[in-house]
Amino acid sequence: MSYQVNGHTIEHDEEGYITNLSDWSKELADEIAKTENIEMNDEHWEVVNFLREYYDEYQIAPAVRVLIKAIKKSMGPDKGNNKYMYELFPYGPAKQACKIAGLPKPTGCV
Amino acid sequence: MSTLHTVNKSPFATRDLQSCLDHCRDGDAVLMIEDGVYGALAGTAVSDAVSARAGALKIYVLTPDVNARGLPEARLSDVVTGVDYDGFVDLVTSHDRTQAWL
Amino acid sequence: MSDIKKFLYVNRRAPYGTIYALESLEVVLIGAAFDQDVSLAFLDDGVFQLTKGQNTDGIGVKNFSPTFRALGDYEVTKFYVERESLAERGLTEADLQEITYEDEDDDWAEKPSIRVVGRDEMAAIMADQDVVLSF
Repeated sequence: MSYQVNGHTIEHDEEGYITNLSDWSKELADEIAKTENIEMNDEHWEVVNFLREYYDEYQIAPAVRVLIKAIKKSMGPDKGNNKYMYELFPYGPAKQACKIAGLPKPTGCV
Repeated sequence: MSTLHTVNKSPFATRDLQSCLDHCRDGDAVLMIEDGVYGALAGTAVSDAVSARAGALKIYVLTPDVNARGLPEARLSDVVTGVDYDGFVDLVTSHDRTQAWL
Repeated sequence: MSDIKKFLYVNRRAPYGTIYALESLEVVLIGAAFDQDVSLAFLDDGVFQLTKGQNTDGIGVKNFSPTFRALGDYEVTKFYVERESLAERGLTEADLQEITYEDEDDDWAEKPSIRVVGRDEMAAIMADQDVVLSF
């Protein structure tokens, strides 16, 4: 199971999370987003970049409620709320955004 | 409000039994299981530490684990009481919580 | 609210020689989805889990020590570290990484999560729990 980006083959697991975190690129993110039926815009990128920074600092993909709380703190309540986040990522902000960000599935996510 | 502590490692290999004894509160019980049963022997490097706490604590040993290891009953410290598996269950239910010293 | 139970995760192992420390952290993260009153205890070799400056680049395993700093976001804010265990290992609180949380009830003031306690106090904390999970 793999994604194809610019002639490169990037392995992923059965749910679409990439196997090797260092394989990630912006082009790959666009490719993963397509398989999730998401057209990446600035708002999506803002969340994806936030997640990558969070992972870089804490070595963990946060659970959804933790992500929304952290977004609220960093970007304010207009973005740090369930409605906004689920509009961007309808199948779960943590799950989908982590996949696009090239992170592991959030711990405790089934 | 008391705790059942279980210890499953030999006291000659790890400090788990000592750490357990150091953190027990008066009225608690300690149950030695698996390789922890070697802590029930009399006349060893740790038997004084066990005896010293025996007044404030109840000390039990799981007899099937003792027998499996061929430890003669006569070699067990007399501050230690043997229990079988039913006795183990009774100890769990008669204490407020169980804490394993793994 | 009466369903809230006090859970204590007891950490007594050093971080990388066995899987216990990482497993404990994962269970804490998963368990945080359930509204419980969670505390972590670090004693014996468990105090080594919290030391500063861990770098696992050379051993091919993930350095999970930064994740302790995220636990405040999960409302896990009580890290009890045993003073005697530190001293036996030549450590002081200054050797541990700084871990803080933001106190919702105090205008989000940043407060330390680590509380160094003596052995007797650790025993009292253990005796005050509904559930004790050992790693």
